[in-house]
Amino acid sequence: MTLGSWLALVVALVLAAEIVRAMRQRALQRERWRRFFRHRTTAWGLGILAFLVIVAIAAPLVTPFDPSAQPDIVHLKNRPPSWTFILGTDVFSRDVWSRIVYGARVSLGIGALGALVAVSLGTLVGAVAGYYRRWVDAVLMRSVDVGLALPRIFILLMAVALWDGLPFATLALVIGLTSWFGTSRLVRAEVLSLRERDFVVAARALGANTSRVIFRHVLPNAAAPIIVSAALGVGNVLLLEASLSFLGMGVAPPAPSWGNMIADGATSLYTAPWTTLFPGLAIALVVMSLNAVADGLRDALDPHEEPA
Amino acid sequence: MTAWLVRRLVASVAIVFAVVTFVFILIHAAPGEPCIGQTGEIPDPVVCAELKQQFGLDQPLPVQYWRYLVALAHGNLGYSFSHHRWVRDDLADTIPFTLQLAGAALLLDFLLGLGLGIYQAGRVNRVPDVLLGNATLFIYSLPTFWLALILLLVFAEKLGLFPVGGPNDPILCPVVDSLYCVADRIWHLALPATTLGLVGAAGTARFQRAAMLEVATQDYVRTARAKGVPERRVVLRHQLRNALLSFITRFGLAFPFLLTGAVLIETIFAWPGMGRLAAEAILARDYSVVTATALIASTVVVLGNLLADILLGVADPRLRVRHGSDADVVTA
Repeated sequence: MTLGSWLALVVALVLAAEIVRAMRQRALQRERWRRFFRHRTTAWGLGILAFLVIVAIAAPLVTPFDPSAQPDIVHLKNRPPSWTFILGTDVFSRDVWSRIVYGARVSLGIGALGALVAVSLGTLVGAVAGYYRRWVDAVLMRSVDVGLALPRIFILLMAVALWDGLPFATLALVIGLTSWFGTSRLVRAEVLSLRERDFVVAARALGANTSRVIFRHVLPNAAAPIIVSAALGVGNVLLLEASLSFLGMGVAPPAPSWGNMIADGATSLYTAPWTTLFPGLAIALVVMSLNAVADGLRDALDPHEEPA
Repeated sequence: MTAWLVRRLVASVAIVFAVVTFVFILIHAAPGEPCIGQTGEIPDPVVCAELKQQFGLDQPLPVQYWRYLVALAHGNLGYSFSHHRWVRDDLADTIPFTLQLAGAALLLDFLLGLGLGIYQAGRVNRVPDVLLGNATLFIYSLPTFWLALILLLVFAEKLGLFPVGGPNDPILCPVVDSLYCVADRIWHLALPATTLGLVGAAGTARFQRAAMLEVATQDYVRTARAKGVPERRVVLRHQLRNALLSFITRFGLAFPFLLTGAVLIETIFAWPGMGRLAAEAILARDYSVVTATALIASTVVVLGNLLADILLGVADPRLRVRHGSDADVVTA
């Protein structure tokens, strides 16, 4: 690690802490968001996520090496953590820290994109099914039943096998397409009860067209479960991507993703455990932060706790 | 009840049928030759064409699909090209291993998870609850395959307490035929089952704690306390019994995990179960093995849901389905 990357890292840490502090300050003014910060883990989760996103964006500044550079494959392979290579090097003498930081771009990107696809699709299907009911509902919900019965990891393995070396965005899309079933059930249940409420009936009576009623009146009131499932969805997609990459079917090397880093590291697990340990910790850290934030969101958005 | 059950069974068969069709199309759409062997050698094109003709793979897809369905209706799951044996035998060899692994993992999951959840709920926001809450949050977030590698590294390689993989000792216990070999099997089962069970238990604990707390604010719990019912009895009789209702649904959802959740774990620990069979079959384009495993996996999912709904009806009279009412009431 060079002095420059240390400095950049400290700046990123301070920035993340500052973001959380500022958000907390603003949150204290409203009851709902005060609940969001009630658990200390939520603030920590938010801080970790902010830090990782900043680091991923500023990757060239916080990493001393190119993620795929192999400085000396004979003498520098599988070196334990040291001041030069703070998280050690892998079997190709690549710097693990640099790969984790660049891998964050890939893994977080796929996680966010996949969750976006899954949640949008799930919300759309759920809203349409719940709003139109009758045969539309029956057809859509029976398909969801089928989707939930599909063995997902098998489907993903097959889908990925259709192409050779899938681009990141397509991989995220494929994972997203298999992850929306649960969300659509949640949203449908919510929409079913909302559509009979007075303000929705009033909007319809005023002549608002269907898409306006759904998007402006119904869905904003169903935001709570959607937001929570989005937060959880990012973690889920990230874990799926890691599993696929671990099986050698996800992000293709040499591009670093946390999953394929674990797969690479697993071959020298006993001689260089750090190559497996750190990317796994990175995944755990992100998923844990997302779960913590989702817990906080659930508290903040829970209608049962709305002050009278 | 009977009418409801019949409807649900028909729907279940339809779902499994749809899954099999979907998987059939998807795996046949994948590029690659099924007659390339496990080692990747490319056989003589003449032999390959002969093999394809023998198994009807040269026919158009709809014909193949129809033949597959007819065979399936006769209880024939097909023939595995990569293992050169009937799929039935493949499954018969692997399913017991998966059941043992999943059974042990679920046992740990439920016992530890329920115990922790109940314990935490009784001490909400006190030190043990907060500590355990953070611990379960962390473990719940771990990628299972990574945890498997770490446990392997620590307990098998460094400490040498457990074997690094495989279902039994190949020399002393090639078949489980004595008490010693049963112990040997359990010893081999320890690490993979702990990996799956630990992550599951963390999720169950979080779930059960929330369920217990949700029930804690109910009137009947407050009434019980006000009547002077001992705390222990309030927790076990009034809170837990009602909190277990939502646990039943979770129990039903855990079923699919029995067969598919363990793909990576089975691969890492060289456990010859169905998950690993399916993953290898997908890579080898072994069509009939893939569809057969998908068939079994989806059947288990559907049966798990059905079982959970039936159990819920038995346990909770409020949810008992009235004759002729919509079945969705219980699945919501």
